[in-house]
Amino acid sequence: MDMPVGTEERAAASAPSRRASPVASSSLSIAIAGSGGSGVMTAGMLLLEAAAKAGLYGLMVRTSGPQIRGGEAAALVRLAHRPVAALGDAFDLLVAVDWQNVHRFADEIPLCENSVIVGDAGEGDTPDVFRASGARVVPLPLKKIAKSIPGSWINMVALGLAGALSGLSAAVLEAALRQSWKRDDAGLAANLEALRAGIAAASQVDAFPTLGAAKPARGTRWLLSGNEAAGYGALCGGVRFVAAYPITPATELLEWMAPALAKVGGTLVQAEDELASVNMIIGASYGGVPSLTATAGPGLALMTEGIGLAVASETPIVVVDVMRGGPSTGIPAKSEQSDLSFAVSGLHGDAPHLVVAPTSIGDCLATTQWAVHLAEALQAPALVLSDQFMGQSRAIVDEPAQSTWVARRLTATANVPDYKRYRDTESGISPMAIPGTPGVVYTADGLEHTEGGIPSSQARDHARQLDKRLRKLVLHDYGEMWADREGSGERAIITFGSAASPVREALRRLRERGTHVRLIALRLLAPLSQERFDEALAGVSQVLVAEQNHGAQLYRYLRAMIDLPGKPRSFHRPGPLPLRPGELADAILAWSTR
Amino acid sequence: MNDVAPCAPRTAQTYKSAYKPIWCPGCGDYSVLSSVTKALAMLDLPPEDVVVVSGIGCSSRIPAYTNCYGFHGVHGRSLAAATGLKVARPDLTVLVAGGDGDGYSIGGNHFLHACRRNVDLTYIVMDNHVYGMTKGQPSPTTEPDWDSKLSPGGTKLRVFHPLVVALASGANFIARAFSGDPNGTADILAQAIRHPGFSFVEILSPCVTFRPEQREWKTQVRPAPVEPTTDASRAARRLMTDDGFNIGVLYAGDRPVCPLAPAEPRSRVEDLEAEFAL
Ligand SMILES: Cc1ncc(C[n+]2csc(CCOP(=O)(O)OP(=O)(O)O)c2C)c(N)n1
Ligand code: SF4
Repeated sequence: MDMPVGTEERAAASAPSRRASPVASSSLSIAIAGSGGSGVMTAGMLLLEAAAKAGLYGLMVRTSGPQIRGGEAAALVRLAHRPVAALGDAFDLLVAVDWQNVHRFADEIPLCENSVIVGDAGEGDTPDVFRASGARVVPLPLKKIAKSIPGSWINMVALGLAGALSGLSAAVLEAALRQSWKRDDAGLAANLEALRAGIAAASQVDAFPTLGAAKPARGTRWLLSGNEAAGYGALCGGVRFVAAYPITPATELLEWMAPALAKVGGTLVQAEDELASVNMIIGASYGGVPSLTATAGPGLALMTEGIGLAVASETPIVVVDVMRGGPSTGIPAKSEQSDLSFAVSGLHGDAPHLVVAPTSIGDCLATTQWAVHLAEALQAPALVLSDQFMGQSRAIVDEPAQSTWVARRLTATANVPDYKRYRDTESGISPMAIPGTPGVVYTADGLEHTEGGIPSSQARDHARQLDKRLRKLVLHDYGEMWADREGSGERAIITFGSAASPVREALRRLRERGTHVRLIALRLLAPLSQERFDEALAGVSQVLVAEQNHGAQLYRYLRAMIDLPGKPRSFHRPGPLPLRPGELADAILAWSTR
Repeated sequence: MNDVAPCAPRTAQTYKSAYKPIWCPGCGDYSVLSSVTKALAMLDLPPEDVVVVSGIGCSSRIPAYTNCYGFHGVHGRSLAAATGLKVARPDLTVLVAGGDGDGYSIGGNHFLHACRRNVDLTYIVMDNHVYGMTKGQPSPTTEPDWDSKLSPGGTKLRVFHPLVVALASGANFIARAFSGDPNGTADILAQAIRHPGFSFVEILSPCVTFRPEQREWKTQVRPAPVEPTTDASRAARRLMTDDGFNIGVLYAGDRPVCPLAPAEPRSRVEDLEAEFAL
C-alpha cells in the first residue's frame, strides 16, 4: 500500500472509515505470518514466483524471530506492475496462519484502516497491536480447511487466499506449486486442493483492492536475492577463489558460491576465522587468482589488518560486507547502513582503498562484478557494502544487461630486465609478477618498501609509495558507474546502497505531484571526487543526504570530503525497520519546502 | 636478485638473493636460510615455482633473502596466506616460515587448523623461545622462570609443546632440527617438502642477542634415539616424553591430504544464469 504523500503518520492513527469499493492499486503489499515451521516463507516464495509467471514485478523480504529454529516468521511480499525494490508504506493484507508471537512483527508489518487481516478465529484473537490500526479483520477457518484435506498444509491455503486476493489466476498459482514440488504425487494433489480451497475462501474477503492484469512481460526476467546476485557478479568478474567464515547475513552468498565455484573451476575454503579468510584470499590473489570473501560487520572488523596488508602489498581482493545492525554483534538478521564510516576509514595508516555499494537488489550483480574489475585493475582491495535487506530479499528484476567488467590484471612478463614490483609508474599501477613466472621473482611486503619491494623506512620511499598507492585510485576513470543519477531540479538528494530504492520511489511520487528533486545514488563511495560531484550538482542549491544509520555517517563523510552547495541537510535513522518510501517522501517534501 | 644463467646447474647459491639480512651477527636464522637453500638445491626446484610465505618477526624476514617468490605478510597469518595460495595454485611449492611468537601465539589458531586441514605445505618455525624482533619478551615456548621486563620473574606458565599439538591436530610430518647443523637441517627440510600434506619442522634457532645462553644448545641437542614412525600413537608416546632437544623426523604419517583444489570447469559462468531466469 502506498500512502499519499504527507499522510504517513496520520493514516496509522486515524479511526476506521467506511469501506471503499475495490480500487486498482499500483502495488500490493502482503504479509504471510505464523509460527516457524508453518511454511509461511514457502508460501511467500511461491506467491512471488506465481506473480513472476503472471508478468508482475515484486520482492519478498523474510523476517523471523530470534529463535534458531521454529520461531515466528513472516514473508513480506510486494507485487507491482513496475519494478519495485523497496517495501511499501503499509500492508494491504496480513494473513496469519496462527498468532503465536506474530504480534512481535507489529512494527515490521504496519497496517492502516484500509488493510485487511485474515486470521484463524480458532487460533486465538487478532492481537491488539494489529487491531489498533483500524484494519478490517476477516476471520477464516484456515486450519479447518487444511485439516479437511488430508495430507495438505495450511500454508498452501494461505497461498491460495493471498494469491487470489492479489488477482493472480489459479493457473499461475498452481504452476508455481507444481514447479517447486519435490515430493510425492499424492502430496502434490492434496496441496493443490488446499491451494484451490484458499482461492475459494478469498471470495469471503470483499472490497479488496486488486492489481489488475499485468501487461505481458517484455524480455526475460530474473528472480534472485542480492546475495545470489553478488555471488554471480563475482563469478562473472572472474573470481575463482573464496575463503570465508560463516556469518549472518552473508552466509547465503557463500553457500550459493560453493557449488557454483566448483562448477566453473574455482575453490572455496571455509576458514577458521575472518583473520584467516582475508589472509587466505590475499595469498590466493598473490598467486594470480581473483579472490573474494564475504562477511558482516564483526568479520570486517577482524579483517582490517589484512585489508591494510592488501593495500600495502598491492594485492587485489574483494571483500563483501553484508551490513547488519551494529555495533558489536548488534542485530544480526536486520539491515542497517552503519558500517560506512568504518569501511571508508577503518584501516590504520594512510591506506587508500576502494569502497562501492550496490544501489538495489539486482544491482548487487553489476556492482560486485565492477568491484572485481576495479580491484584487479588497480591492484587494491575493494569493499562492497551490501546489506541484509538487499542480501536476503528476493526480487523479480529485468534480466541484467551483460556488463564487460572482468578481472584484468597488469602482470609482468618473464625475464624482463630490471623488474621492480612496486615501480613508481605514471598511473601508479605497476606490473605484478605471478609466481611461476621466471626471472621476475620478488617478495610482496606489508612493510613499507622500495620500488623493488625491499623493506625501507626511508622518508623518500615512504612518500613515493604512499603517493603511488593513492594516485592509482584517484587517476582511474570510473566512468558513469560512480553513481546512479536521475531527474533534475535545484535540489538534490544523495544516498547509497539499499536506501536508494525507497528514495527513488519517494522521488517518483513527488514527481507525480510536481516536485522535482535530483537523485544521486552513489555506487563509488571511495575514492570520492570533487569534480564528479561538481558536475552532478551543477545548478543545485540544496542537498539532502539520506541513509539508514544513527550517526548520519554518509552525511558527515561527504561534509568532510566534498564541498556541497547550500546548507546540506541529513535524513537518517537506524535499522532494524526498513526505510519506507512514504517517510522519505514526507521528509523530502518538508525539506524541499523550507 | 641473482642473475643465474638458466641452464647452469642449481646450487644452494641459486636460491640465495643478493640482499643482506638484517639479522644480528651469530643469529641462528642465518643457518636456517642456508639450510633452506640447500634443501631446495637438493630437490632441484625451479626458484620461480617456489614461494616462501612468512609473518612478522626476525625469522619472518627470510623470504626476501631467498631467490624464490616471497610473501611477507602480517604477524601470525602466514599459514592462512599460504593455505589460500596453495589451494588456488597447487602447482607451486609453498614453504611457510616464521618465529615461535608468530606461529604459536598470535597465529596459534591458524597453526591448529593448518595441521588439521593438511594442505601440502612445509611449515618452518625458527624457535628461539623469545620474541626477538620486539626485543625480548617471552613466547609460548619460553621457560616459565625466564626473567624479562614485561614478565618480571618469569611467566610461571607451562611451555607450549608445538610438536604434540601438531600431532594431535593432524599434521602429517613432524620433525625437529637444530640450526647449528645446517646439513642435517637441510636434509630434514628436503624430506618435509617431499612429504605430502602439512609438514611441520621446528628448528631450534638461537637468539644470540636476547637469549645468549642458547649458544649452549649445541651441547644439549641429540639425535632422536628412534626411527621415524608412521604410527601416530607411537609418535604421541615419544613426544609426550620429549624434552625439546631430540633432533630428527619424529613422525611421517599417511593422513589424507586436503582435497581442496581447483577442478576442471564443468560449465561456463553464463550457464549458471539458468537458475535465475524465469
Ligand atoms: C598485530 C601485531 N601485533 C604485534 C606486533 C609486534 N611484533 C612484531 S614481531 C613480534 C614477535 C616476534 O617474535 P617471533 O615470532 O618469535 O619471531 P622472532 O623475532 O623471535 O624471530 C611482535 C609481537 C605486530 N607486528 N603485529
Ligand atoms: S634479535 Fe635474536 S632472533 Fe632477532 S636477529 Fe637478533 S639474534 Fe636473531
